[in-house]
Amino acid sequence: MTPQARPGGAVVTFEHVTKRYGPPGVPPAVDDLSLAIPAGEICVLVGPSGCGKTTTMRMINRLAEPTAGRITIDGQDVRDLSAVELRRGIGYVIQQVGLFPHLTVGENVAIVPRLLRWPEPRIRERVEELLELVGLEPGAYRARYPASLSGGERQRVGVARALAADPPVMLMDEPFGAVDPILRDRLQNELLRLQAKVGKTIVFVTHDVDEAIKMADRVAILRRGGVLAQFDTPEAILSAPASEFVEHFVGADRGLKRLSLAKVRDLQLIQPLIVRVGEPRVEVRRRMEVDGTGYALLVDAADRPLGWVDSAELAADGTLTEEEATPGAPPLQPETTLRDALSTLLGSSVQLGVVTDERDRVLGLLSVDAISEVLRPDATAPRS
Amino acid sequence: MNDQPFFRIDWVIDNLDEIGGRVGEHLVMTGIAIGVGLVISFGLALLIRRVRPLYGPTIAITGALYSIPSLALFALLIPITGLSLLTAEIALVSYTLLILVRNIVAALDGVPAEVLDAADGMGFGSVERLWRVELPIALPVIVAGVRIATVTTIGLVTVTSLIGLGGLGYLIVNTGINRFFATSIYTGVALSVALAVLADVGLESLQRRLTPWARARSG
Repeated sequence: MTPQARPGGAVVTFEHVTKRYGPPGVPPAVDDLSLAIPAGEICVLVGPSGCGKTTTMRMINRLAEPTAGRITIDGQDVRDLSAVELRRGIGYVIQQVGLFPHLTVGENVAIVPRLLRWPEPRIRERVEELLELVGLEPGAYRARYPASLSGGERQRVGVARALAADPPVMLMDEPFGAVDPILRDRLQNELLRLQAKVGKTIVFVTHDVDEAIKMADRVAILRRGGVLAQFDTPEAILSAPASEFVEHFVGADRGLKRLSLAKVRDLQLIQPLIVRVGEPRVEVRRRMEVDGTGYALLVDAADRPLGWVDSAELAADGTLTEEEATPGAPPLQPETTLRDALSTLLGSSVQLGVVTDERDRVLGLLSVDAISEVLRPDATAPRS
Repeated sequence: MNDQPFFRIDWVIDNLDEIGGRVGEHLVMTGIAIGVGLVISFGLALLIRRVRPLYGPTIAITGALYSIPSLALFALLIPITGLSLLTAEIALVSYTLLILVRNIVAALDGVPAEVLDAADGMGFGSVERLWRVELPIALPVIVAGVRIATVTTIGLVTVTSLIGLGGLGYLIVNTGINRFFATSIYTGVALSVALAVLADVGLESLQRRLTPWARARSG
């Protein structure tokens, strides 16, 4: 994939930026950093703790001020604006989300537009649009308070809030660091889908190399003391680490990590026999005989997968019910990386995952065999 | 005192105007003390947030004020401010400070750090952040402090009868104890307890109404 500037974002550059907490002579937190992040790309800052990745990000919206050097957004020095004005034009998402507990979901999303004094009707419209965009039904969520939301819902509201004033640049500080791995995968996928629509320049901080490889168009690996170790595409970092440090940081399992570069949607999915709740059993039996695999995937009226139906256990007549499904098909999404898909499949009883779209409808099946094809030494990891 | 009936309701009826006036006086004195105490405490709390080392000394001084017996405080003040409302209020206000300052500082400290970080990151100025983020979130704890201070002050107002004021305390001390008239004592005590209870209940319901979000657990 060749990263291409998309219209929604802005170019962010660091020119010889140094940040020192304390007097000269103290080792700097960020040391003479120069980077150019192309517009519309996700740039992931990754490194061990103490590498200055969060400080680097916070200098963009001046929550930290550089000791030396210059940061620009689309050519404009960030110090040309007042800190407050600058921040209203940059999206900001943090790990603990930081929703305002005294405001409803709708009011939280409206914060920056209100600070910018948008007219009320425009704010209302924007709130609707954003809640839809992050997959929260406005009617059900607008009037709720953050205390009543789940972790994943809060994080989605946090993303909607950061997008509210349509900023060209978004800063995300370990946004999915506090959620469980399954939810993290989901939220990562949602963010990638969202990014495909909005095309922001996203500066994303994480300490997790797998997350970096999955999310990034470009990865900046920092080492202790805020020194840039490598700034390149995930492919280049995996196939040609610039130093021993990078090689070590990325890990010994680079081969396996290359699976993180490919997504489920890059592989040919198996189309299973799909049977629906309410279908007459006689008809189901006939179709299963024609199919010959001995099993079928049972879905509900909205095409959502329920589980497997085994031809040997199928009763003679009547219609199919939900209870007949044997669950155990691990759910996968098109955006899930092959690495995550593999670990999900290996951990489940059935080594066949059901791939579903954003409305949970079945797209097809993925087997462990299909993934191991990609792992063969002569195979090159496909890339979307 | 022995030949008197236990409670002379006819006296209460005859003196409704006087009693009502004393209730009013009691409320006004409490209101002034809490109002002025809040303003001073807010000032101190905001100062403490900027200059944290002031917290210890402030609590020490307001704590010392709190521990001065009211009688001694009047004795100190009367030569300067006389037998006046000012004397009474100086005493009442100084007793609210310890409770209010401690509560306001704790309430503001209790605003989660990530909320403040998010507010800064979204471009709140420091004044906007205080009024629109920190104070609303701190409000339940602040009101809780105001409740304690109010109930305490309602009790303390009666003591100012020593300098000829006292609201309901006047009924207890001046027309009650001093004239061996039990009905006046009972009336004063019952009404000042009732005021304290009503103030407590009223502020509690205010606190709830101001913070619907604090109750919004999974809905």
